[in-house]
Amino acid sequence: MLDVDTYDRPHSLKDALAILGDPGIRIIAGCTDVLAATERKVIPGHVLDITGIPELRGIAQVPGGLRLGATTTWSDIIKANLPPSLRALQLAGRQVGAVQIQNRGTLAGNLCNASPAADGVPPLLILDAEVELASFSGVRRMALSDFLQGPRQTARTDDEILTGVFIPEAALGGTSHFSKLGARDFLVISIAMVAVRLDVVDGVIRQAACSIGSCGPVATRLGNVENALIGATLPQAVDRIADADVAANLSPIDDVRADAGYRLKTAAELLRRTISQSVTSQGAPA
Amino acid sequence: MTVSFRPITLKIAGQTHHVQAAPGRRLSEVLREELNLRSVKVGCDAGDCGACTVLIDGAQNCACLTPVAQVNGCEIETLETAEAGLSKRLQDSFLAHGAAQCGICTPGVMMAATELLREKAHPTRVQVEEALGGVLCRCTGYVKIISAVMGANETPVTIETPAAGQAVGAAIARLDGQRKVDGSELFGADSVQADALLVRAVRSPFFSAEFTFGDLDAWAADMPGVEAVLTAKDIKGINAFGVIPPLADQPALASGPTRFLGEPVALVVGVADRIEALDFATFPVTWRERPSVVTQGAGMQDGAPQVHETRADNTLIRGRVATGDPDAALAGSQHVATGQFETSYVEHAYIEPEAGRAWLDGDVLVIEACTQAPVMDLDDTAKVLGLPRDRVRIIPTAAGGGFGAKLDLSVQPLLGLAVLRTGRPCRMVFSRNESMRASTKRHPGTMQASIGADAQGRITGMAFHGDFNTGAYASWGPTVATRVPVHASGPYRTPTYRATSRAVHTNGPSSGAFRGFGVPQAAITQELLYDELALKCGMDRLEFRQLNALRDGDTTPCGQTIKGVGMEECLDALTPHWARAQAEADAFNATSETLKRGLGVASCWYGCGNTALPNPSTIRFGITPEGAVRLHQGATDIGQGSNTVITQIAADALGIAVDAIEIIGPDTALTPDCGKTSASRQTFITGKAAELSGRALRADILRMTNLEDAEEIILNGAILSVRQGDQAREIDLSALPVGEFGYVLRAEETYDPPTSTLDENGQGTPYAVYGYGAQIAEVEVDLKLGTTRVVHITAAHDVGRAINPVLATGQIEGGIAQGLGLALMEEFIPGRTENLHDYLIPTIGDMPDVTSVLIEKPDPEGPMGAKGLGEHVLIPTAPAILNAIRDASGARVTKVPALPHRVLAAIEAAK
Repeated sequence: MLDVDTYDRPHSLKDALAILGDPGIRIIAGCTDVLAATERKVIPGHVLDITGIPELRGIAQVPGGLRLGATTTWSDIIKANLPPSLRALQLAGRQVGAVQIQNRGTLAGNLCNASPAADGVPPLLILDAEVELASFSGVRRMALSDFLQGPRQTARTDDEILTGVFIPEAALGGTSHFSKLGARDFLVISIAMVAVRLDVVDGVIRQAACSIGSCGPVATRLGNVENALIGATLPQAVDRIADADVAANLSPIDDVRADAGYRLKTAAELLRRTISQSVTSQGAPA
Repeated sequence: MTVSFRPITLKIAGQTHHVQAAPGRRLSEVLREELNLRSVKVGCDAGDCGACTVLIDGAQNCACLTPVAQVNGCEIETLETAEAGLSKRLQDSFLAHGAAQCGICTPGVMMAATELLREKAHPTRVQVEEALGGVLCRCTGYVKIISAVMGANETPVTIETPAAGQAVGAAIARLDGQRKVDGSELFGADSVQADALLVRAVRSPFFSAEFTFGDLDAWAADMPGVEAVLTAKDIKGINAFGVIPPLADQPALASGPTRFLGEPVALVVGVADRIEALDFATFPVTWRERPSVVTQGAGMQDGAPQVHETRADNTLIRGRVATGDPDAALAGSQHVATGQFETSYVEHAYIEPEAGRAWLDGDVLVIEACTQAPVMDLDDTAKVLGLPRDRVRIIPTAAGGGFGAKLDLSVQPLLGLAVLRTGRPCRMVFSRNESMRASTKRHPGTMQASIGADAQGRITGMAFHGDFNTGAYASWGPTVATRVPVHASGPYRTPTYRATSRAVHTNGPSSGAFRGFGVPQAAITQELLYDELALKCGMDRLEFRQLNALRDGDTTPCGQTIKGVGMEECLDALTPHWARAQAEADAFNATSETLKRGLGVASCWYGCGNTALPNPSTIRFGITPEGAVRLHQGATDIGQGSNTVITQIAADALGIAVDAIEIIGPDTALTPDCGKTSASRQTFITGKAAELSGRALRADILRMTNLEDAEEIILNGAILSVRQGDQAREIDLSALPVGEFGYVLRAEETYDPPTSTLDENGQGTPYAVYGYGAQIAEVEVDLKLGTTRVVHITAAHDVGRAINPVLATGQIEGGIAQGLGLALMEEFIPGRTENLHDYLIPTIGDMPDVTSVLIEKPDPEGPMGAKGLGEHVLIPTAPAILNAIRDASGARVTKVPALPHRVLAAIEAAK
């Protein structure tokens, strides 16, 4: 109702955490999901806008790895000079909606909205990303794979703000790639998407990370496939992807975009292609 | 209670504005409502359409997704306020290329382009696609938009300015184009009286439900700002509207059980910001869900819930056209192809949701809203409200797309109820969800057909039946049921024929008019079976069609002898393109394993105007004592260009320069009835009325000057000069007696196409004029993912006479985009896809190259030989694409859209 809409936009994390004490408050950032989900002309309810907090935006080297601030937008990520292991994230960013959405949509929003089709998740999973959750009692870090618990469900508690994403040094090696399968060119929610990161030394895969999104309640890493890839030469890599190994990780549903059987079949194919494109682009990062 | 907000500072065009607005208010609302920057359009409030694209500190953003608090202190640019130089170049380029049709997406497109052109003055096509990927256009097919943006900083394209008598055939810029490209065009939601009340509808949350209201008065009294609550009990007239009066069945507000999801049952009227914020969860209504059916299959089952008690077996109507004995012919045929095909609900997805306003002018109720059919709106609104016709006036706003769904009433009777109750100006703007729930759709169809050919490949006969889901109310269901059997043969000689149809009621949204009235669905059936037959006959698929094409003087399955048939010419025009496409596909496929190219061809024919029913248009053309020439043009221009085309025809018929003519209307108080903008009838029928009026006015002038003919008619103030050879005459208009409507010279002519009623076998003359066309689709199919990319469409359309070639090719490109959507991605699922991210329409990146070929085989009846085109262009696209998919991959897709999972399943089935 008109009278109770409250909009807070603090300029420090401390102030934000103080406001967060109120129950029922919603944290907002780019609003590309929040405003799309209401027919109201005003964001309803009590909201806490964290985009006014300067330290939450931006990408920086930190001890032990790389940190991406919560309100870093997709456009920030696309334009940043990042290592080749983050190429998948940049490619995913370029396919989030269209430019208008990339200019507003934020990393934290993508993660906290927790859509099974969130474009940012597969590229972050292959980076062993951790989310940083701040509350008055301190800051905790948690693996992204633990943070995402199901469609629209995360491990964030009501008194926490997702302040950033941390990528450990060990996962910053290699080159990554991302593919999205949809029924049209721009502004499309994926039927399936794949992110792959390969660290290749002397033509042999030393480290492999693969993930698939939109084929289950949350995007998932493919541990068995990754193990099969390690030790393979680049030409061998694609042949080591077995449909059944990929399918074992997935639990897709039928929806308006595709049926579950199609997702199972094409996920493996998409993975093979992403690997082969990633292989072609080794040494030639974006 | 008054809520005060800290002012927010916006920098616009060098000025600082301080606005009082809720910090969480959408920037789009603040720009439109507080700062009156109405070039910022609202199409979805969800970031799906991009119509509200503005530049924030130079970067494109959806204003609808931006809480105004986040742009405090920022520089905002809209089309009205953007830097003049670049904006002017873009506007000129858009006008010259014909890149704006309805104009609703144009401001958003141009703002996205502005950002791009600042960084890259001469962008490539790919760069344009990436920059504009977030703005949807439903009219143009993006082709001319891409050209206009790429060309904005190039040498300007010259716009033709034809001399008197030379307008027809000239690619003049749209006469209503400037206001579309500068953002000043006013659509349904764009005009607001300061004190207007807002109207919102309470809608059924179930496909079918009984309902009872609680204490509405008490609720209204409790809710600050609510001025009135209206229900069916408040309707004083006949609470049943419909485009076909004998079948009118749709209540403005449901009185009994609701029949579709989103059917309105009550209106809440009051102070705008209060009503906007109301949570209808508190509205005192109790629902009891009833059993419902949503598909045609379920609607036809024994024991299915009956949608209308008076219509047995959920059958609204059946259609039939039959000649000869097709069963015997098929039995005796060398080759027979048989198949069943299914199509989905398709949403019109115009970027402008239904909107309008209304007020009382004395005792006349004035309704200004987006529409395709002002006079029909007037008749039905007056009937529902219980007002005499002369107490209702309809002024169409610019329509931000229509494609058929704005033929039916939307906001009109609801606004009328609210204004009559409150006595105050009211406005109503559908949300995207409301628009998609409440508006009509393309009929889903389940169609079976068998077509036979002899050993030489000549068609021997065809049997067709289609069951169409006509949804909750009649709307245009009868038209589809009639049009389909007339057209299901395609434009081919079919000596024996039986085509039947049934319109089945369900609790889905009402199926109505959508570009082609069922013919695109039937064409999928016929053209896919034609490919099967050609293959069985061992013939080239294009040659097979050329062999069977209707020719001048042939007789149709309705028994009508037709003239001016350009079908053969269209197919012949495609021949070199077919050879090129085949060679390119062969070369591509020789080296590609997973991606395969294929080509397909399909044709269309389409009768212009109402089927076997009168549908006259009347044009008034007058000259004032001061020398103003006014054309009262009542056809609504929904982007297709009737304002321009009809004026071109009128100008040449009179013999005066087109820019000397002032267009009046449409407005039911100012313009005679030009009928509805549907059935590809405006260029033909209103155009013909314009031609007759122009000629009549010219004849009057010649009579007054006593000249046989005139080489030149020129107006210079009140002096009308006429010259023929060395004879010159002048008429002093100010000296002539002023007649009706303030004119000293006036002509008013009516044209109604000569048709006849059809007998029980559909024999007769359903249409006076047909248009023809054929398209080649070249596609690339991914054999492992089932995805399809359309690479190129070559379209040859017989328009009789291209009144305005740029507008004509614009229609072709736009129709192709919608046909591509029908073929590949558009599937409306009631209750599930009422938004523009689950319901997908083509984006700028989905469009193929388009080559248009205009064939001009004059029609003996059409104005200056012209035929209709608007719907024809969509018909061949989907079957051509589906045939190309089969050619590329072997996949025989029998249900559209051919989503990747359907194509992949069909590829596997074909192995």
